[in-house]
Amino acid sequence: MSASQLDAGIEAMRAETTPADPSVGDVEIQNYTINFGPQHPAAHGVLRLVMELDGEIVERLDPHVGLLHRGTEKLIEYKTYMQALPYFDRLDYCSPLAMEHSFVLGIEKLLDLEVPLRGQYLRVFFAELTRISNHMLNLGAHVMDVGAMTPNLWMFELREDCLNFFERMSGARMHHNYLRPGGVHQDVPLKLLTDIGDWLDTRLPRLFGDAISLVADNRIFKQRNVDIAVVSKEDALKWGFSGPMIRGSGIPWDIRKSQPYDVYGRMEFDVPVGTKFDCYDRFMVRVEEVYQSARIMRQCLNEMPEGPVASLDRKVVPPKRAEMKQSMEALIHHFKLYTEGFHVPVGEVYVATESPKGEFGVYIVADGSNKPYRVKIRPTAFSHLQAMDMMSRGHMLADTTAILGAMDIVFGECDR
Amino acid sequence: MASPAPLVPVREGIVDAVKAAIGDAFLSAKDAVGEVSIDVRRESIADVIATLQSEFEYQQLMEIAGVDYPEREERFEVVYHLLSVTKNHRIRIRVSTDEEKPVPSIVDIFPVAGWLEREVFDMYGVLFAGNPDLRRILTDYGFTGHPQRKDFPLTGYVELRYSEEQKRVVYEPVKLAQDFRSFDFLSPWEGAEYILPGDEKVEGEAPGAPTPAAAGEKK
Repeated sequence: MSASQLDAGIEAMRAETTPADPSVGDVEIQNYTINFGPQHPAAHGVLRLVMELDGEIVERLDPHVGLLHRGTEKLIEYKTYMQALPYFDRLDYCSPLAMEHSFVLGIEKLLDLEVPLRGQYLRVFFAELTRISNHMLNLGAHVMDVGAMTPNLWMFELREDCLNFFERMSGARMHHNYLRPGGVHQDVPLKLLTDIGDWLDTRLPRLFGDAISLVADNRIFKQRNVDIAVVSKEDALKWGFSGPMIRGSGIPWDIRKSQPYDVYGRMEFDVPVGTKFDCYDRFMVRVEEVYQSARIMRQCLNEMPEGPVASLDRKVVPPKRAEMKQSMEALIHHFKLYTEGFHVPVGEVYVATESPKGEFGVYIVADGSNKPYRVKIRPTAFSHLQAMDMMSRGHMLADTTAILGAMDIVFGECDR
Repeated sequence: MASPAPLVPVREGIVDAVKAAIGDAFLSAKDAVGEVSIDVRRESIADVIATLQSEFEYQQLMEIAGVDYPEREERFEVVYHLLSVTKNHRIRIRVSTDEEKPVPSIVDIFPVAGWLEREVFDMYGVLFAGNPDLRRILTDYGFTGHPQRKDFPLTGYVELRYSEEQKRVVYEPVKLAQDFRSFDFLSPWEGAEYILPGDEKVEGEAPGAPTPAAAGEKK
């Protein structure tokens, strides 16, 4: 068939399909609205996005949140301070210790309670392990959202290791309830610390390095992430970004550095920042944070002193079981702490820590009783998700999953 | 400070400087446990926040929290938490309002306030004048009431289930299989509000066999 014959054939087909319309192929497309979620694997939970599209371009996007609202803040008002602690595990269930951290620090600030050094080291150590396990999930989910399969499976292997360590730490894989006002619940065996040390030196860098090497320079991964959702420094500040999102926008802000809590002041670590402010930068900031977390954990292992893991103030921290067998006083303290609980002096604090996702803050209003008058939780995802509309405008429909993946959203925390 | 809470550096003279800058809007200030809070007039909250952003370098609005004090005349407190990343400082601004008086919105200054104000509206029913999108955010579609108010019961008013007959989710008044239990662990020596068993005769009683009051029963 010659070229002219082919052209003639195509012309004939066009004439058949659109006989009346002279401008062939120019079909008028109207904006239309589609619903994304709330049961979509790339929505990272129960997010519903109502999107207005022009063809494949996102014109407007309205996230509907609250499908996982469980009334945590209301429930906490009816619980004693110690009973309220497990609710925090269930906020961001991917990094539970980071959630507990803000709350116990807030209570300690109101009580002006000192924490023994070993307790502080253990908190920092496991908070950083939490950061690693959280980033394993998020980085894996992000690459899977844009089409790669293998890194996610490898990083889930690492996350599985982390969860096993957490199980040996507290007995629970996810909802640890391990931190306590005044320290941590119990000491950990030495073998656990040495095992984590070995894991940090061998398995983590090898497997994580392999997984990231598959995507970091991958052409498809870059096409999906580079120059997607560029957020300027001014916008990042105005929209209340924090954590890897604000660092991805080039602002070196890290609460662990600027407003150190526990023993972070003694740790040496670097704060990675992005240069192009896009989804790829946010991804790479998190990758570097994993290595920095490992660095902090090694320092903790080297410096961690012996000694008590929780305050010896018996009006706040309950005594150990063995002590209760010997001492009537200890028994009374135990009984009072697990029924009435401790009283927190009147006052209000806003304590924010650097959770793996950003600034996780807790605003506690205490009225002097054994229950908090009001606990307001400042989730990281709430402000990030709000900026979703601003970040997605003008991008393709398929980019929304990359944007969402680079945000690191967990709905337990966003909806509370 | 003994506790290991985040160490926010002290910003010398911030209260006086803010007081001078916002003038009449200033009501009172408090500096407790290393945190500065300033009470301001409701009508001028937008100006105050704008001043803090432009003159005092508080570039980020981290949180807007509502608090309910039913015994007060203006029962709600709206609490703004600002952060300065250059001065490394946090400040808390508070206004009070009630169910009807609207608080000026600060969406124009901080776009992040959009959802934060929506949440306070949803939870407390505080109105924000100027917020273009004051819809409910966390509660169910078609929800009534404001759940974080102190007079809203913990269990709520409705429960929902899937009805096999109607083939859809139905809403019903809440039925509790067991009463909500609220134990009183406060020591009776420190101000229990009920009459303790055995104390009934203290205030004198009508003749006849005494009936001991049960715990929790008020006379």
